[in-house]
Amino acid sequence: MKKRIFACIAIVLLTGVFLGFAQALLMPKYMSASREGALIGEYYNESGSHDVLFVGDCEVYESFTPPTLWEKYGITSYIRGSAQQLIWHSYYLLEEMLKRETPKVVVYNVLAMKYGKPQSEAYNRMTLDGMQWSVSKTRAIYASMTEDEDFISYVLPLLRFHSRWSEISGEDFQYLFSRDTVSHNGYLMQTGIKEKTSDRVGTELGDYTLSSVCFDYLDKMRTLCEEKGVELVLIKAPTNSWGYYWYDEWDAQIIDYAAKNELDYYNFIPLAEEIGIDWSTDTYDAGVHLNVYGAEKLTDYFGTILAETYGLEDRRGDEALSDVWEGKLKTYYKERNGEK
Amino acid sequence: MLFTSFSFVLFAALTMLLYFIVPGRMQWKVLLLSSLVFYALSGEGYLIFILYTALVTFLTAHVLQHRADAEDAFVEKNRATMEKAERKAYRAREKKKRFRVLCAGLFLGFGMLAVLKYTAFVIDGVRSVWTAFGGESFSIPSLLLPLGISFYTFQSMGYLIDVYRKKVRAERNFARLLLFVSYFPQLLQGPISRFGDLQEQLITPHRFDGVSLRAGLLRVMWGYFKKMIVADTAMVAIKTLVSESDVYQGVYVVLLILLYSAQIYGDFTGGIDITIGLSEMMGIKLTENFNRPFSSKSTKEYWNRWHITMGSWFTDYIFYPLSVSRPMQKFSMASCSKLGNIVGMRLPVYAATVATWFLTGLWHGAGWNFIVWGLLNCLVILVSRELEPLYRRFNKRFPRLTASAPWGAWQAIRTFLLMGLIRSLDCYRDVSLTFRLWGSMLTTWNWSELFSDGLTSFGLSQSDWAVILIGVAVIFFVSSAGKDTPVRHRVAKRPILWCALVCIMTAVVLIFGAYGIGYDASQFIYTQF
Repeated sequence: MKKRIFACIAIVLLTGVFLGFAQALLMPKYMSASREGALIGEYYNESGSHDVLFVGDCEVYESFTPPTLWEKYGITSYIRGSAQQLIWHSYYLLEEMLKRETPKVVVYNVLAMKYGKPQSEAYNRMTLDGMQWSVSKTRAIYASMTEDEDFISYVLPLLRFHSRWSEISGEDFQYLFSRDTVSHNGYLMQTGIKEKTSDRVGTELGDYTLSSVCFDYLDKMRTLCEEKGVELVLIKAPTNSWGYYWYDEWDAQIIDYAAKNELDYYNFIPLAEEIGIDWSTDTYDAGVHLNVYGAEKLTDYFGTILAETYGLEDRRGDEALSDVWEGKLKTYYKERNGEK
Repeated sequence: MLFTSFSFVLFAALTMLLYFIVPGRMQWKVLLLSSLVFYALSGEGYLIFILYTALVTFLTAHVLQHRADAEDAFVEKNRATMEKAERKAYRAREKKKRFRVLCAGLFLGFGMLAVLKYTAFVIDGVRSVWTAFGGESFSIPSLLLPLGISFYTFQSMGYLIDVYRKKVRAERNFARLLLFVSYFPQLLQGPISRFGDLQEQLITPHRFDGVSLRAGLLRVMWGYFKKMIVADTAMVAIKTLVSESDVYQGVYVVLLILLYSAQIYGDFTGGIDITIGLSEMMGIKLTENFNRPFSSKSTKEYWNRWHITMGSWFTDYIFYPLSVSRPMQKFSMASCSKLGNIVGMRLPVYAATVATWFLTGLWHGAGWNFIVWGLLNCLVILVSRELEPLYRRFNKRFPRLTASAPWGAWQAIRTFLLMGLIRSLDCYRDVSLTFRLWGSMLTTWNWSELFSDGLTSFGLSQSDWAVILIGVAVIFFVSSAGKDTPVRHRVAKRPILWCALVCIMTAVVLIFGAYGIGYDASQFIYTQF
């Protein structure tokens, strides 16, 4: 009898190990395609606190380069953003980060304020699968799930990605146990150039009111920052393409919110020229996102604001910190110069 | 709540746990509560319909029982004073009264089903005639169709007829009857159980039994294997072949027939396996609904092996009473006197057969395709019956050939293809389109496309084909191996082998099964009926 019980337990355990292995194998690795999917998880490899934390969607992880902020201003920073990261994603990511560190400034890009409802399962997975398990992650999942999703598929991602069994490639085996770092403190570098040729504006909308759900989360973000003694700064990246158009009516609501709550809000769209953005060379996808050249210009511009307005000190004199960031800069320039 | 949803797995596990934790006398209450919760979670507002059916059934059965008891008591009391003829006449009068009560109950029970399921169909027919005569078209109201309504209505009405026939005594406790009507594992797609077979088992306390639990769980896993590996993988392709039937003709109609046969087999028998397996885990034995139907050598045999409980329901409650009814007897006598005994004796049986199959078709759905499906089955059965003397002569002339295995295989393949062909009416859902597509198998000669990329052009990748074919092969193997004793019963007695098989099946279903995002969360096909 005992023998039988042990044999059964061994079989169940073996099956569990096999399924765990299958899950690791079948989960997308985001190493060669859709690299954005790897961004969220990379934060856990980072040690120490940062002066500035950026949260938001592609407009943060494509528009600001932490290595430049360090190189020019001695400010340490990290970007916690992923593709179509909605405001509740950002809030829970921030909640998680503020349990680990206390920055001086948190920067939130407001483009996602236009989405009052969960949008896409694929983007949910990119953001949420990368998070380590915590109360914040659980809440983020419940806030984000589309109608077709189940909580259990986040607990056991095999239930979501099992159908990849017929698409398994060498990459799945190569990155089975460890992955490469694709970002530079959350910045996903794009070195290509594709000129912006159209100034087409967004199509007219019936209703320009931003969702109250988004403002609720913005309130939570603000309260959280207040509790932690962190300055919350709202921004809108300078990109304003037709497909992701930022309407004046939306901007007015953010200005109003910022004024009411005594927050600073920087809309970089009208400042693009002052920043020095050249739409023929500083974008890699015809104006939807900035490339590394545009991102460096914007970072430089914003660095001045951070240093002057928020009193962020130049920490380049800190030897230990300098050593870490020199390494980061080396990797950064290696990729920028096409050596990687 | 679908059987293939994570929430159902959790729900079933919790029910099972609770069922064995509570004292035996409380077990049926756990089942009732679970059944009501299950149905309420399956759809908003569904509960009211099942409560209505249960109430109508309970009250009608109560009145029937009361009258039957009063009749028996009266006869018993007056046995000494009443002549036999008097007693007979009295009983006949009472039976007539009870029949009226039964009719009222059937009218109220089937009435709801008819209104909810067939109103749109009838109005659509009226609209077609109306517009054909130049009338202005009008919209058809869409009514809520509660899940599994055909199953629980038929089960309840079968019980009423059994009470009327004094085969069973009416249940005196409404909650217990409600459990019989709403027992959750079989609520959505059967089997259609008989009160006499099920009720006692639902109420009787059951002790935890390792062998039953193991056999049941293995059967549940087997059901998931059939449903998620074969049926749901094939579903994507079937949807494409049907929705783009103007493109996919000729050989693709043959593929559809084969794929749909695999799908409906995996889907329906898989669902029933889950139902019966879950019940077995709790010590409740449900009536088998399938007996290796695709090995049938004739249509008649097929219908004795496929959806057995529905077939026997129609035989017992429609065909048989219709055949021996007074109008049918009159019709028989009249036809015998006018057309001779050979034809005259057949006509009433044929009329009852046609009526039964017409209703069987209608039970499957409110559409002409279902009616034609039923009538075609009927036609094949009647023609086979007429050809029986010919078969007998052939068997006599070639005894070695007809007793050989290849001949048996040919008969099984022939029946399988014939049933598959008729079943395709269920896919295309349009009678004239189906007939045209059947014609295209002879006129559109595109078999060569199978050797280019034809097989992967309608939503099935090579790996999907591999999954379906291996799945079908496994089902065929297990089904053949379990011809005499089901494989699970043998396995359940060997715990280590059982554990290994459950683990392997779990892993196979989790990895290769068609579920989750990207797949349509397909309902079991028979829940629509």
